[in-house]
Amino acid sequence: MAIEATQGAVHEHTAAVAAQDEHGPVHHQFEDIEQQNESYIVGMWAFLVTEIMFFGALFLAYAVYRWKYPLVFIEAHKMLDIPLGLTNTFILLTSSFFVVLAVHYHKLNRRKLAATWLFLTVLCAFGFLVIKGFEYGHKFKVGHVPGPNFTFELPASASPEAKEQVTVERAQLFFGLYFAMTGLHGIHVLVGILILTPLAFMILKGHHHVVDDYIPTEMAALYWHFVDVVWIFLFPLFYLIPLH
Amino acid sequence: MSSSVLENQPVAEEPQRPRKHYLNAAHTVGSWLFTTDHKRIAIMYLISIVIFFAVGGIAAAFIRAELTSPRGIMLSNDNYNKMFTLHGVVMIFFFLIPSIPAVFGNFFIPMAIGARDLAFPRLNLLSWYLYMIGGLFAVLAMILGGVDTGWTFYTPYSSMYSQSQVVLTIMGAFIAGFSSIATGINFIVTIHKMRAPGMTWFRLPLFVWSHYATSLVIILGTPVVAITLLLVVVERVLHIGIFDPKLGGDPVLFQHLFWFYSHPAVYIMILPGLGVISELISTFSRKRVFGYHFVAFSSMAIAGLGFLVWGHHMFIAGQSMYQGMVFSILSFLVAVPSAIKVFNFTATIYKGHVSLDSPMIYAMSFLGLFTIGGLTGLYLSSMATDVHLTDTYFVTAHFHYIMVGGAISAFMGALHYWWPKMTGRMYPELWGKLAALLMFLGFNLTFFPQFILGFLGNPRRYHYYYLQPELQIYHILSTAGATVLALAYLLPVFYLVWSLFFGPKASSNPWGASGLEWRTASPPITQNFEETPIVTWEAYDYSSVPDLKEEAEKQAQPPTPVGG
Repeated sequence: MAIEATQGAVHEHTAAVAAQDEHGPVHHQFEDIEQQNESYIVGMWAFLVTEIMFFGALFLAYAVYRWKYPLVFIEAHKMLDIPLGLTNTFILLTSSFFVVLAVHYHKLNRRKLAATWLFLTVLCAFGFLVIKGFEYGHKFKVGHVPGPNFTFELPASASPEAKEQVTVERAQLFFGLYFAMTGLHGIHVLVGILILTPLAFMILKGHHHVVDDYIPTEMAALYWHFVDVVWIFLFPLFYLIPLH
Repeated sequence: MSSSVLENQPVAEEPQRPRKHYLNAAHTVGSWLFTTDHKRIAIMYLISIVIFFAVGGIAAAFIRAELTSPRGIMLSNDNYNKMFTLHGVVMIFFFLIPSIPAVFGNFFIPMAIGARDLAFPRLNLLSWYLYMIGGLFAVLAMILGGVDTGWTFYTPYSSMYSQSQVVLTIMGAFIAGFSSIATGINFIVTIHKMRAPGMTWFRLPLFVWSHYATSLVIILGTPVVAITLLLVVVERVLHIGIFDPKLGGDPVLFQHLFWFYSHPAVYIMILPGLGVISELISTFSRKRVFGYHFVAFSSMAIAGLGFLVWGHHMFIAGQSMYQGMVFSILSFLVAVPSAIKVFNFTATIYKGHVSLDSPMIYAMSFLGLFTIGGLTGLYLSSMATDVHLTDTYFVTAHFHYIMVGGAISAFMGALHYWWPKMTGRMYPELWGKLAALLMFLGFNLTFFPQFILGFLGNPRRYHYYYLQPELQIYHILSTAGATVLALAYLLPVFYLVWSLFFGPKASSNPWGASGLEWRTASPPITQNFEETPIVTWEAYDYSSVPDLKEEAEKQAQPPTPVGG
């Protein structure tokens, strides 16, 4: 899925073709660098549309079930760790800022700085995954992972309506959505690391497909912003459900 | 114009040594497997798609043979279920969805807009590999025992109860989905950004417009079905039961998500076909397509409305009456742009210089069969009649009129129309006409009886019908038709392959068509055009075709009228 994202970034490039090509970084099918860049931009946005639809189906499932079982979502979401989720939100927002800086310095052709900010972005991504890993690990320990070992206990203080609506099975549905959606997002973070790391190295080494123009970096950054935005929706939907 | 006149003319610019073109640019296996040339990738797609078509066709043959008897004669119940699932999965995910876009779209969109290649050639190659990997998964699932869920994979049967190879098959469809997403993105970018100078949006051939609409449907719909199918796998493997009714999940939600893609998917299958028909009708009537703008926008309207009608697959699946009414009205609405196309194509033929070469016969078949398929669709979008007809052979007949009578007719028409351009050889016209007519006859004999079967209440997907043995005659007629149809599909394999070696050399524009792809050599060079063309003429402007002027001058002496 990251292929389109890396279209401009990771080229195993054929030296022979580029040597014949007076434009250098312009691929043979394009007339000039503008056409190539515009194509990358249209392609990247089209790809992001597919990504939105990809997550969209899950958001729809979330909406249907939250509409159907509001109290289940309120009770089950109390089991999520808000401080950790909030930390992760800050980490991702910061990483988006870092990637903006990377694009900025790439535009100014300051390659070392651009690569540095990309590495810091990747560091944030790892931080996010580590914290997410701790959260998942805790869920495994207390039996909040859907499957045969799933357990869920309603606190004694819960309202009578909640006691009627909330069952172990329905709580499992909530955690099923939680793991499906944050899991898919986590995979996207991982893919982001796999895009941004080689990109940073290529910029450092001065690989001409990524240093002659900043558009590949900007495309990778777009992907990263998308991953960030998905989390901005996931965090309140799962962690911050209003209690009344 | 009769094609034989031009076929026999020596190609003037024939050099002593064979001309370099995309087919003989390199000969190694690697030069095919690692090519980024859209034309070579299209040829690889063509070969693989035909193989999958054969697999799906063999499954259909088993189904038809089985149904000649009310009690079943060769397959167990289980194997029958697996057979129609195999037929559906292979035909839909591995034949119909990629068929015209991946072969002819791939080959001719860049050529029709005057580009050297698609915007992302390596992504294009990747899409072929994804398609093949997905196909291998599906074939592997078949070898390891097959699937019995039907191509729709309805939960909870697929996610909880089925003991067959659901996971492998779904992974196959999932991976093939990314192949079509890659193709869709590639087309959108190519059409937006790679058009030659002067090739404005309203000079685009309608073939390109319909592929643009198709690509929009692909990128908006395919991800939804991908994640939905993935959730079924997740439920089977990891027990995360989003659709599990035991947990309070909703299996109808699966149907909503599934049909949100899979109804638009029928437009993925038919829109490229309508694009092909635009080209054929115009070329063989020697007229600009009547109401060009309407036909272009009707493609977009079909793509848009197509996303709003999925609920008509669930009239009896427990959705509310009001939901049903909305979906019913919207389904009627989508008939409007489809009808615009049919009327405009008919108006194009009217008073045109019609030449009945085999592509045109396919196009004419398309018009008739698509119209019947479309009109019978209205019976299914009315809730009252749908209650009677849903899940009967009426539905089977309806969508086969669209998918086989429509999409495959268009595919065959496109194959014959562009064969000289793709291979540089003419196919034997007489055999082509014979196959086209056989297809029309065989098709109607196969599927018209199924309308009657459905009306009489024969449920689809049933193995036996011994409670209604009087239905046997219709099933036998249908099987007889399928035999003729199989012959009509086999014939072209032989004469097209024959023509590769023995067919007369094709000129650059044997049909006198107006598209840019006909203004370069047959077969084209790797870069498509010697130099980037500059477009100064409108779409389907036959007075701008250089070959036609010469032809008209040559034919000034013997009085052979153009289109005679």
